[in-house]
Amino acid sequence: MIAHLIAERCTNCAACVAACPALVFDPGAAQPVIARADACETCYLCELACSEDALYVAPETDSHAAAPVAELIAAGLVGQIRRDSGWNDPFDAGQLDAYRLLGPLLGAGVEIATRRHEARHAGD
Amino acid sequence: MSATITDVLIIGGGMAAAWAAIAAAEAGASVLMVDKGAMGTSGVTATGGPGHWWVPPDPASRREAIARQTTKAAGLGDPEWMERILDLTWRHLPTIAPWYPFGSDGQGGRFINGVRGPEYMRALRAFAVARGVEIRDHHPALELIADPDGRVIGARGLSLRDEHPWEVRAGAVVLATGGAAFRSGLIGSHACTGDGHLMAVEAGGRLSGMEFSIAYSLSPEWASTRTLPYTGARFYDVQGHELDIAPPRTGHIHLQTLGAAMLAGPVFADLVDAPRDLPAVLRRIQPLTAAAFERRGINLFRDRFPVRLFGEGTLRGTGGIDLVDGDCRTGVPGLFAAGDAATREPVAGAASGGGAVNSAWALSSGRIAGAAAAGEATRARHDAPARALGQAGLRPGGAVRDIDGVGLIRRAGAAIHDYDKAFWRREETLAASAAELDADWRAIADHGHASGRAAVELRSTAAVVATARWVVASARARRETRGLHYRDDARQTDPAQAHRLISGGLDDVWVRPLADAKEEIAA
Repeated sequence: MIAHLIAERCTNCAACVAACPALVFDPGAAQPVIARADACETCYLCELACSEDALYVAPETDSHAAAPVAELIAAGLVGQIRRDSGWNDPFDAGQLDAYRLLGPLLGAGVEIATRRHEARHAGD
Repeated sequence: MSATITDVLIIGGGMAAAWAAIAAAEAGASVLMVDKGAMGTSGVTATGGPGHWWVPPDPASRREAIARQTTKAAGLGDPEWMERILDLTWRHLPTIAPWYPFGSDGQGGRFINGVRGPEYMRALRAFAVARGVEIRDHHPALELIADPDGRVIGARGLSLRDEHPWEVRAGAVVLATGGAAFRSGLIGSHACTGDGHLMAVEAGGRLSGMEFSIAYSLSPEWASTRTLPYTGARFYDVQGHELDIAPPRTGHIHLQTLGAAMLAGPVFADLVDAPRDLPAVLRRIQPLTAAAFERRGINLFRDRFPVRLFGEGTLRGTGGIDLVDGDCRTGVPGLFAAGDAATREPVAGAASGGGAVNSAWALSSGRIAGAAAAGEATRARHDAPARALGQAGLRPGGAVRDIDGVGLIRRAGAAIHDYDKAFWRREETLAASAAELDADWRAIADHGHASGRAAVELRSTAAVVATARWVVASARARRETRGLHYRDDARQTDPAQAHRLISGGLDDVWVRPLADAKEEIAA
């Protein structure tokens, strides 16, 4: 669930207010307000919308608990999803060049499980 | 309340809604979308990564793909529909290119058929805006409105931001509200409460295939994610003994063995056997999945972690609003349905519509419904007197009382998704669920009323309970095992039941084989 709105990074562009499907944020005078934190669905999509990396979503769907902002920034976790996605990269940056591997890797896992099960039950 | 007037009203904000809006606008209609969430981030596509059923347009390949899918559909598919969605998907998915950064196919071309959810929905929003579609986010529809002849002429709802009511008058309405996940916690599914199913039935529509709803995805117990890392997982109990879990390819037996283990105690996944190339690329394929572990300080390829199954209800099932023709009409004049809100039996039959076929269906049924709705919109009379069709949660039959919405949703979710009930469906447990859900329905229908945002949640609750009743009634009526529907007290497929089951009804839920339903329409 939403854990931090980092005031010193926020430019009050309100992109998160518009993007959140669960209406977690209300517009505010200086920065958006986390008005309905418990409505957060942990979808992380507000982080993609935030070009300033001013938001941090904790990974549990039933907890807002997170380490202090400075620690998360030092660990490289703030803005990580946006960077991994290449969300704001130019379209020719190759940000989705690995995406074709999704199907083959899913299938490879299924194969591994099937072969392991067969080996385990070879004597049955 | 002054009404907005539009040719086509799209209710929903996921991929089917987007394609419906785009197609309606391309057909020359004025189009308004109203979404419960925010179009671009709401729904299960936005956090997912839909692969599309993708077969080149050479006749032999298409014939072979359709033959394979027809077998998978277990007697309930329609090869003509399959042909149509293959064609529409092949032609239209590449048209998102101005707004979507297609990656490489590794052979000098573009990889088109698999698209990442956040980027896909961002692209569809931009595409719709470029076609002149007006989008109203955070504008859930609460009910449909009809003219005196029963023709749907629009909807009413609430603007969540300022809690102001709205009314839209439309020449045609497309329900693209998604499937029903019964608030299982499945990522992206919170708003997928069956709202369109309830609105369609209130308007005189009906459902089909609601029994095909036993679908789950595995995830860490603290949050639902995509499943890419887990398909090769080993499983352990709390003492560290390895569990003998049937592999994913065994379908329902995989679910049964996992479910039995989880009912006995905590289950842990170990990804030591994951494909060797996966750890290095996971974050480039599914950044959200990597984050769910990294932010807990867990190395998912090294550390064992607790897992559970998240119900996917009718999302990865196949049932939904019945379609009466090839234009995605619901049988109610002026009302169309598309995507997961509609039955996907024409293309998926009794098998899971999840993954590629469902995505191709969402795109295609969206385009079909949108274009047909645009064609019908010119017949509209926006000055007709409007009758509001919403019942449960809006217009109680008796005295208003407090409703324990959280409790009702939890009970409905348990009736559909509890492992013991879902993986071993039996008449006794289904009958007990039906009785409980009937009582819960009575509570909402007789006493439920709320205002402001609470009204939206109460209507969602009514939709969850209603949809659960149609699922349970359909599961009771299909006394055999077929595709996704497994009956522990009828484990064989019965050739005499190779027909679809139609369902509907509000206070009195009914289920009938399709053959009978057809005769009724003729009569």
